Amino acid sequence: MREAAVVSQPNPLQRIPGVAIVLVLLIALFSAIAPGFLSVANLSNVLVQSTILTMLALPMTLIIMTEGLDLSMGAVLTLTSLCVAIVSLATKSMLLGLGAGLLVGAAFGFANGWLVAIVGIPPFVATLGTLGMAQGLSLIVSDGQSVVGIPHSVRDIYSATLLGVPVPIVMALVTYAAFHGLLYHTRFGTYIFALGGNREALRYAGLSPNRLLIAVYAIGGAMAGIAGLLMTARMNSGHPTAGLGLEFDAIAAVAVGGTSFERGNGWLLGTLLGVIAVGVLRNGLNLISMPSSVQVASVGVLVIVALFLDGLRSRA
Amino acid sequence: MTDISKEALSPPRSFLSQDAIQVFYRLLAALLICAVLAVLSDSFLSLGNILNVLRQASLTFFIASGLTLVVLTAGLDLSVGANVALSACIAGTVIHKTGSPALGILTGLACGGIVGLLNGIMVTALRIPSFIATYGMLWVLNGLTYWYMAGETLHGFPAGFRQIGSGYLFGLPIPVYLLLVFLGIGTLFAQRTIWGQEIYAIGANPVAARLSGIPVARRLLLVYAVSGTMAGLASIIFLSRLNSAEADIGESLTLPAIAAVLIGGTSLFGGVGTVFGTFIGALILTLVLNGMNLLSVSANWQPLVTGIIVILAVWLDMKTRRRAQ
Repeated sequence: MREAAVVSQPNPLQRIPGVAIVLVLLIALFSAIAPGFLSVANLSNVLVQSTILTMLALPMTLIIMTEGLDLSMGAVLTLTSLCVAIVSLATKSMLLGLGAGLLVGAAFGFANGWLVAIVGIPPFVATLGTLGMAQGLSLIVSDGQSVVGIPHSVRDIYSATLLGVPVPIVMALVTYAAFHGLLYHTRFGTYIFALGGNREALRYAGLSPNRLLIAVYAIGGAMAGIAGLLMTARMNSGHPTAGLGLEFDAIAAVAVGGTSFERGNGWLLGTLLGVIAVGVLRNGLNLISMPSSVQVASVGVLVIVALFLDGLRSRA
Repeated sequence: MTDISKEALSPPRSFLSQDAIQVFYRLLAALLICAVLAVLSDSFLSLGNILNVLRQASLTFFIASGLTLVVLTAGLDLSVGANVALSACIAGTVIHKTGSPALGILTGLACGGIVGLLNGIMVTALRIPSFIATYGMLWVLNGLTYWYMAGETLHGFPAGFRQIGSGYLFGLPIPVYLLLVFLGIGTLFAQRTIWGQEIYAIGANPVAARLSGIPVARRLLLVYAVSGTMAGLASIIFLSRLNSAEADIGESLTLPAIAAVLIGGTSLFGGVGTVFGTFIGALILTLVLNGMNLLSVSANWQPLVTGIIVILAVWLDMKTRRRAQ
């Protein structure tokens, strides 16, 4: 498991088949059985709805590459979404709302990283604990109620367009570009590969794996803060269960996208395709009027199958 | 390495072991919390409240006891809460349709056990890491339960069936008797049977366990199936206590169960811990939540406090392990 080189360059040819086949199959399936699936309006709807998930799945890819996991992302998104709603309601300023969301998200991410790197708690339990804390704080700050009446400046973010492209899609594309640059074209990105593949090498190179690890989790929390702004804008309110289970969709997208849970190999484009695959699956099931419960179960099956295949590949 | 082979080959643990000392500390902590609560709140020491604490703790314990075995093998079962919800809804339907509580109880136990077995298959045959496999299972079960119930609530069960969760025998709630029974069975199984000792060995060092001839995959299957069956049992108690079943009853059960296991001194890294410790863990957690309730702290604070307790418990465990090394 540990023989991966310090820098494992992504090998797209090897992985494109898996996630691309899943995506093509899903699109073919729903074109056949779901009326209206292939319309431009519906497809652009799928993309816009996938933007929030993109913002969680990209940092989740980095976290999983370090052989970590962040189960708290959905709950942290709920909390940051409420922070955006409450602060923008109080100050009438979208930017202050975003700042509050970013701050709270990054603080939770930092706490996750600290618990994992410095205290040494296994990531899935550390982030399960912070999941409970974020969930509790969401209930406390909202008193279990929706936060309504948020300013237009927040709501407009979800519906506005830039040169004809919806702003959420622009934000998702910018995020993707930033993560791509970060992972494949900076030293920090190289170190992330090493965090999962060969942590000892980092120590020999005189670097602190702990600080890098904290940074990776903090980025995840900050992204949950930005996604929280989109969530508040989309729902036109803050709601204490807004992000429930979103971390699972993010993990599903990463798993389907071919990032390995055990070898420190990650592939951002795969994650992006995985996000779209999850979006297509949910949208298609929705069009053939399957309740959201069936969507949730299908995503669960998708993850288990993807991980099973991942296990087969790692043994091959 | 050396203490691992000792652990794998040693005869059943003597009672006054390191485990016993750890359990003793935790009992002291529970007593301390009791003392503080007795001072802070007049109603804490009332008979009604104490019985209530015991009943509540027994519900957490049923889920957490099976989970303890899983954690002893260095695994985790995140699907227990969702498993309780599905099993309760299916058992409730069977009781409604057939009018037979016995059939309903059997279905609930079987449903829980099958889910646990599927978890075990994912962990052993498919070799998916347990926390992610059972996390996937959590969402599959959630989806299934919501789809099956379609927003309905099952309500109204035979009076005899409701006795299981809400009845009394010689002044004690019936779940408390069940708790004692399963505490005994669990402790005997873990400490006094070969299979139990093999489970400790697998958690301490899976490679050494396999090399010394323990059928690791079969024991893991057993452990996950037991965890699922105990979730099935908990679902029956819930059903008969609440006298109703809804799709969302499992959502707030998993984190407290994990908290009980970890407070009880079972190590996430496997091989260390006792079922009795988990009982004390369930008691401590219930006392804290009960105390917050008595001091009229809003229930909204419960997930926050439970999350903090989970992290503190692991941190303490790691500190003691580091000192031991």
